Amino acid sequence: MAVSDHTSSGNHGTATFAIPVDARPLAVEARGLVKSFDGTRAVDGVDIAIPEGAIYGILGPNGAGKTTTLRMLLGIIDPDEGVRRVFGHDRPHDIGRLIGYLPEERGLYPAMKCIEAIAFMGALRGLPLKEGRKRAAELLERHGLGYAANRQIRQLSKGMAQTVQLLGTLVHQPRLVVLDEPFSGLDAINQGKLELMIRALAEDGVTVIFSTHVIHHAERLCEGVAIIAGGKVPYAGSVEAARDRIPAQVRLETRAREGAWLSALPADTRRNGDFFQFPLPATGIEPLLRQLIEGEAGILSLSIERAGLHDAFVAIAGEAAARQLEADNQEPRA
Amino acid sequence: MSTDMIRPRLNALEAAWVIARRDFVAVLFSRAFLFFLLGPLFPVFVGGLAGSIGGQVQREAVSIDVGLAMSAGDNAAMIAAHDRLAPQLGGAVPALRAVPEAASDPTFNARAFMEARRGNYAAIVTGTPAAPALIGTEGQIARWQGPIGLIAADATSAAPTAFPVITTEIVTTSAASERSSRIQTAQIAQMLLFLLTMLLAGMVLSNLVEEKANKIIEILAAAIPMDAVFMGKLFAMLGVSFVGIAVWGSAAWGLWAVGGEAITQVSGFDLTRLPAPAVGWPLFIALGVIYFSMAYLLLGALFLTIGAMANTVREVQTLSMPVTMLQLMVFFLAAFTINQPGSGMEMAAIAFPLSSPFAMLARAAMEPQLWTHALALAWQALAVIGIVKGGSLLFRKRVMKSGGAGRVKQPWFGRRAPGPLEPAE
Repeated sequence: MAVSDHTSSGNHGTATFAIPVDARPLAVEARGLVKSFDGTRAVDGVDIAIPEGAIYGILGPNGAGKTTTLRMLLGIIDPDEGVRRVFGHDRPHDIGRLIGYLPEERGLYPAMKCIEAIAFMGALRGLPLKEGRKRAAELLERHGLGYAANRQIRQLSKGMAQTVQLLGTLVHQPRLVVLDEPFSGLDAINQGKLELMIRALAEDGVTVIFSTHVIHHAERLCEGVAIIAGGKVPYAGSVEAARDRIPAQVRLETRAREGAWLSALPADTRRNGDFFQFPLPATGIEPLLRQLIEGEAGILSLSIERAGLHDAFVAIAGEAAARQLEADNQEPRA
Repeated sequence: MSTDMIRPRLNALEAAWVIARRDFVAVLFSRAFLFFLLGPLFPVFVGGLAGSIGGQVQREAVSIDVGLAMSAGDNAAMIAAHDRLAPQLGGAVPALRAVPEAASDPTFNARAFMEARRGNYAAIVTGTPAAPALIGTEGQIARWQGPIGLIAADATSAAPTAFPVITTEIVTTSAASERSSRIQTAQIAQMLLFLLTMLLAGMVLSNLVEEKANKIIEILAAAIPMDAVFMGKLFAMLGVSFVGIAVWGSAAWGLWAVGGEAITQVSGFDLTRLPAPAVGWPLFIALGVIYFSMAYLLLGALFLTIGAMANTVREVQTLSMPVTMLQLMVFFLAAFTINQPGSGMEMAAIAFPLSSPFAMLARAAMEPQLWTHALALAWQALAVIGIVKGGSLLFRKRVMKSGGAGRVKQPWFGRRAPGPLEPAE
């Protein structure tokens, strides 16, 4: 586990900070970030610490403050309060060459050729155009788009254009890649490819931060997440620690329906058809098992299921945020 | 991953250059720009064609008059010689006309007559055909000395073997008349500057709207400081403007070469007789280019800020109207102060950044001092930087305020549009 558990108190002055247990240096660090628009707090005291080389997810429903947080981390906008540091720098533009950013709203110049678009995005980060074109050609070839190198962006499909933009984000070989809702608008195959790409980046030591409202992407990819809801970050830390916040669920099926053994089950046991479900007791499963056997419950099956990130999200961010997250997943994004 | 090939952090100039290079190439090689260039050339082409035809038909008629102030007999001999040569030489010889005032005044002083700007003569010939004297401005003497010598030689003999020696007398106008005539140069320069600025600065207006429509603005804002984006766009558009001016200038030059005389006749205005500006033509033209750049950058920076704020072309048009009216007002202010040198009004026109280039260009036509231009240019450059900084700050504050999900269009005037999701992500 690379990132320790951390819960923001919302009080910037006293917030305890996540310290990476493996002592990797921090790629991104934010303390007490606050941003208001027209008197409304869009982000309210966000604390994040992301170690170098991590894949880190910013998880929350639409409108939670993910994009504003990312924009503050990247220096596109300045926070009203709080501090942010990227590779130790207060001004991310000073180390722009180390950063790659894919915004949520994908955009490219329609009349530009693919190879030029990628090279231009590299040039924005300090990569000479000639080298940018060379790398762009290699990247396009590697990702199966070599044939489209000299096509104009307007001639590409949406998926191809998104790939071109992603390659433009990576062409200067950044050490930190920030992706805002990168899976949005991609079909399942391209989502899979993107997951592979993110993993490959991390294997190369690149820190990847992405925002998402799809929990399973974060769960599959991330070692750390920040759960964000209503502009606040109620949890920032490792995925494992988030899951550990919810006790494992015991799922029990018995032959007997009644008996004295029923009193041995925890008070918050729920009956779900033929199954009993209840949180794993703090004392462990062995004492309960003994009682069930002695009470002749007739155990047909018993499984202990670890809580998923979704359960953790519900527990941490609340039912309302979870419902909104599910609603966001149902609706295609604009 | 290696980042060896990546240069150190782009400084503001380098970042602006990346933007300027892309925008310049993109605009220059777009079809829209071709039409933009060709648009003003259609009337120029038609006018040139008409001027060329008119010029050929009436070349004789448009010849400028040179006055004759010799004796009546010598005048007649000169005119007869002109009539003999004209069919062979056409417009190369000037039309000769006896000066009536000289005939009636035995003490006629051609130099005083010219300096008083009486009559409508390019130059006046006195003396005799054997020893003519040509009085006029330096330019006119240089232009007509040869033809007059030819006519005088022909007037002295049917088969001249040698040209008579022509004495020349250059007319210099008085300081008062010089100032008076330079006002014309100042006015024309101001008008030209205003027209070019208004015509070309509009291109900047829609630039950032397009950028926002392409949704690429956030990539730019994330990679480089917003003021570098603004600067890059401004200088790209300035470069494109110079291309436009070069094309239109070349067309105008060609038109003048073909039908200049006809244009002079039709308009009653001879561009070649435009009084020289106080700083001299080369420096005046150089200052004209610099002040155009400054006027363009100042107005462009304002338009760019508006373009950055607006979401639609309609919003751009609505918001740009006050700026256009402001620009008209500052132009009128600068024009009004031309004949009030050193007045409080002129100082105000110079101090206000938007009118400063216009007022200072007029000053270059009227006054020879150069240090004032250095001062004004520094002030204007500061104003450009200030507007760009302010515009980029406004852009960061107003535009980058919500993610895609929560974006709700906010009207500029009146109450905010209802939007439960704004501010959003």
